[in-house]
Amino acid sequence: MRLVKNKIELNGSGTVTLCPEEPEDMWHAYNLIRPGDLLRASAIRRVTTTQETGSTSSARVHLNLEIRVKSLDFDPQSSQLHVSGQIVNETAHTKVGQHHTLDLELNRNFTLEKEIGSDGEGVGWDSIAVQMLKDAVDEGGNRRAEAVAVVMQEGLAHICFIGQFQTILKQKVEMSVPRKRHGGGDHDKGLNKFFQVTLDTLVRQMEFNTSATALSTSNETVRPVLLASPGFVAAGFQKYIQGVASTSMPALKRLLPSIVVVHSASGYLHSLAEVLQSPAVKTILADTKYARETKLMDDFLDQLRKETNKATYGPREVESAVDQGAVGRGGGVLIISNRLFRSQDVAERKRWVSLVDRVRDVEGGEVRVLSSDHESGRRLDGLGGVAALLTFPIVDDAGEDEDEDDSQ
Amino acid sequence: MSRHRVKAVSYDEDDYDDGYYSPDPEEQEFLEQCTTEVLNQLRAGDPSVIATRSEVQDALYHYYDDIEKSVNYLRGKKVKELQKKQAAPPAAPKTKGTSGPSPDDVVINAQSSAKGFKSKQPASKSAGNKKAQADLTGGMNDLSVEEKVNIKSKNLDVLSEYSKAERKRAMNFAVIGHVDAGKSTLMGRLLADLKAIDQRTLDKYKREAEKIGKGSFALAWVLDQGAEERARGVTIDIATNKFETEKTVFTIVDAPGHRDFVPNMIAGASQADFAVLVIDSSIGNFESGLKGQTKEHALLVRSMGVQRIIVAVNKMDSVQWDKERFDEIEQQVSSFLTTAGFQPKNINFVPCSGISGDNVTRRSDDPNVSWYQGRTLVDELEATEPYSHAVDKPLRMTIGDVFRGSVQNPLSISGRIDAGSLQVGDHILTMPSGETATIRSLEVDGEPSDWAVAGQNVVLNLANIDPIHLRSGDVVCRASAPIANVTSFTCKVLAFDHLLPSMVDIHRGRLHVPGRISRLVATLDKQSGNILKKKPKIVAPGTVARIVVEMDQAVPLEAPTRIVLRAGGETVAAGLLE
Repeated sequence: MRLVKNKIELNGSGTVTLCPEEPEDMWHAYNLIRPGDLLRASAIRRVTTTQETGSTSSARVHLNLEIRVKSLDFDPQSSQLHVSGQIVNETAHTKVGQHHTLDLELNRNFTLEKEIGSDGEGVGWDSIAVQMLKDAVDEGGNRRAEAVAVVMQEGLAHICFIGQFQTILKQKVEMSVPRKRHGGGDHDKGLNKFFQVTLDTLVRQMEFNTSATALSTSNETVRPVLLASPGFVAAGFQKYIQGVASTSMPALKRLLPSIVVVHSASGYLHSLAEVLQSPAVKTILADTKYARETKLMDDFLDQLRKETNKATYGPREVESAVDQGAVGRGGGVLIISNRLFRSQDVAERKRWVSLVDRVRDVEGGEVRVLSSDHESGRRLDGLGGVAALLTFPIVDDAGEDEDEDDSQ
Repeated sequence: MSRHRVKAVSYDEDDYDDGYYSPDPEEQEFLEQCTTEVLNQLRAGDPSVIATRSEVQDALYHYYDDIEKSVNYLRGKKVKELQKKQAAPPAAPKTKGTSGPSPDDVVINAQSSAKGFKSKQPASKSAGNKKAQADLTGGMNDLSVEEKVNIKSKNLDVLSEYSKAERKRAMNFAVIGHVDAGKSTLMGRLLADLKAIDQRTLDKYKREAEKIGKGSFALAWVLDQGAEERARGVTIDIATNKFETEKTVFTIVDAPGHRDFVPNMIAGASQADFAVLVIDSSIGNFESGLKGQTKEHALLVRSMGVQRIIVAVNKMDSVQWDKERFDEIEQQVSSFLTTAGFQPKNINFVPCSGISGDNVTRRSDDPNVSWYQGRTLVDELEATEPYSHAVDKPLRMTIGDVFRGSVQNPLSISGRIDAGSLQVGDHILTMPSGETATIRSLEVDGEPSDWAVAGQNVVLNLANIDPIHLRSGDVVCRASAPIANVTSFTCKVLAFDHLLPSMVDIHRGRLHVPGRISRLVATLDKQSGNILKKKPKIVAPGTVARIVVEMDQAVPLEAPTRIVLRAGGETVAAGLLE
């Protein structure tokens, strides 16, 4: 994302103008834009006019509309963000108060304004929003689309793209492969068919140029492709790709050097965490955000397992730990999922922002915001979206109110 | 429905008896039907001949749609032609006749049945014709590749049939143990010595195994049929094989030992009445096995409800049948198994060697083994008490495999019936898809049968369902007592590892789905089941807890089912649905 203009006031209100450049930027925009904000972007609107005679005509017009955001709809698969709300600026074709849904587009600027209001009912650009903006704006231009992973087992494959901030499941391939039976060759045939479908899907999803000429002319870099499976399925798939490359589809030869085969416990998406932790993958994707996040979650779970009472999770528990000053200098880490900041409820968001601010600025602890679109973030979401590593053990107060039903 | 159809047809017949011929759609349809009929009869009868459609239709026209006469006329004509041609390709017509209908006919058959016409017959046929029709239906069964719309149920009282049937008792057992303990080889030896597999095949395996330098794997190849399994020398998926002793029919479920294939092992163990735990007695391997899958498998089969376990201490020849070694293993393994929940009287130890066959089916004549006077492995298997199955409960069967059985049976499923009974012609419901299917025919332990009951390993040949609705792990039940699809359930589990809200894989036999532990409800007292602590933050290994598990997709599960939860390639918990 390119930052075009930044006019954030000291009190937290103000506007920024941004230009999304990559599909992943839509995801950042999704995190930045909150209900109640003002968003200005170009739009195409169908306008119907009624003549005096009663006949109607409709036309599509290009407009610059500013809306007060009511809701957001994000489609991670295609990286599309639809923001709906009520129009606040007067134009020749629209009235104030009419509803409109803006579709943000790549390489088209949009302007986002957050207000704090006279009596502070809005949240404005709080510390989290500013941090997110920093993350979103790619200053050094050193971000890359990271890797493609195929997590598979017999008859099941998940093709996903691992980016800096999100893991997108692009396609799931599911086929019933006959089991081995006495005297039946169905299994090998079925497996071959499964490989074929998976490869076709993978090539299509990667938008990989398979024409014969691409081998010599194209010099686009190929992303690393991680093949992960329990047992020998991934290795078999690699062999299959090699086979196809040497016979029917020579362009695939460009793909071969970037393939890495790793082990995973199962073919389900949540095995991706294990894939990302494997040494072979770490060397390729060194020090990316998700690798650090995965590491952090593992540390946390380790602490929890050792039952040292130096780790806790769940909204209420973490807040009480912060109150006791256990998430402070010297190793206190607050781990929080950015799903909590997407809350529709202003008070809810304020609650978490103030917690983060308090840990960072008052207690002196470390704060890590995990992306809920990554594997580690999803694991964290399972724990209620927030967890903490503590500087000293705190005893779990056994006399907790029984009737609490603090589910996420 | 069928009565209606009969009426319509006889009306048509009246119509042409009057001698009118009009090309109205009904008439055309009838002509089609007759054509098909004649073609079929020509093929089915003796000698079998082939005629073109136009020939048949001409003949029908001349004989006023009388099928019998048309058939006779055409057959006479064709046979003459045949005899003329006989010299050139003598076998050709016959093979053609038996190999199946021509593509053209297949289409016609499909069309006519799609219109709701069975290829067997207008009911107003004379008695003489009936025999021809019987032949025809017989012929149809052999020839047809299209789906038959109706499969008649014999309406047997399966339970009384079952009690009348004098079968040998049948039992399944799972063979479990650490990777490379020699499970497949031991079972290969068992099958070879009991002559369940012939010497010729065995010699062939031996030659082929030696060719790729894996001579010692020859016996394992009896069960490891996959190309990948043979090349790598590792069992990947479960293999079933049966053998008979004097009293019992045993089905071996040979499970893979490698940790990556524990899901397959779970599928195997869920079909077992008892288990044979194979242990590698050689120095070092026993110790590493005990830490590895020996332990995990034993815990798993126990939590799947297996009560009895036979411990085959394998590869005793590699330690010169050392009694001390055997005693040491016996002591360590039995203490471990008792803590896992097996009763000491249900644990038996047999020192044996799969590769040489000592103490497998025959007593060893090695003087070093004289200290062992107990039973051989086969004797131990026979000493096992049969397990009773819930034959009178509603039907439940987990699909183990979906495959194309043969040309006659384009869609078959296999598995073990968990509860209830079924017979040919039954309508079944598959979950989670909620689709119905008809049982065209079925096999019990590889033999055709009209019915099957819980505990038997069956292959069901299905009709009237699309294979995309069937997956291994789905459950077969009846529409009258369906199993519910759930997206979340509460279960009481024994934790093998730390439990906290996290992603897990849920296993129930072949069923294998991703899910997550969403809530830890309480930890429970092991004996009494009383609540010790509500809403624990984490559940320690070895404790019993009540947890809530959620899944993304609806899955057929009902209480009391035994499930296994795994995460990161390890079994984290096993328990019972509530």
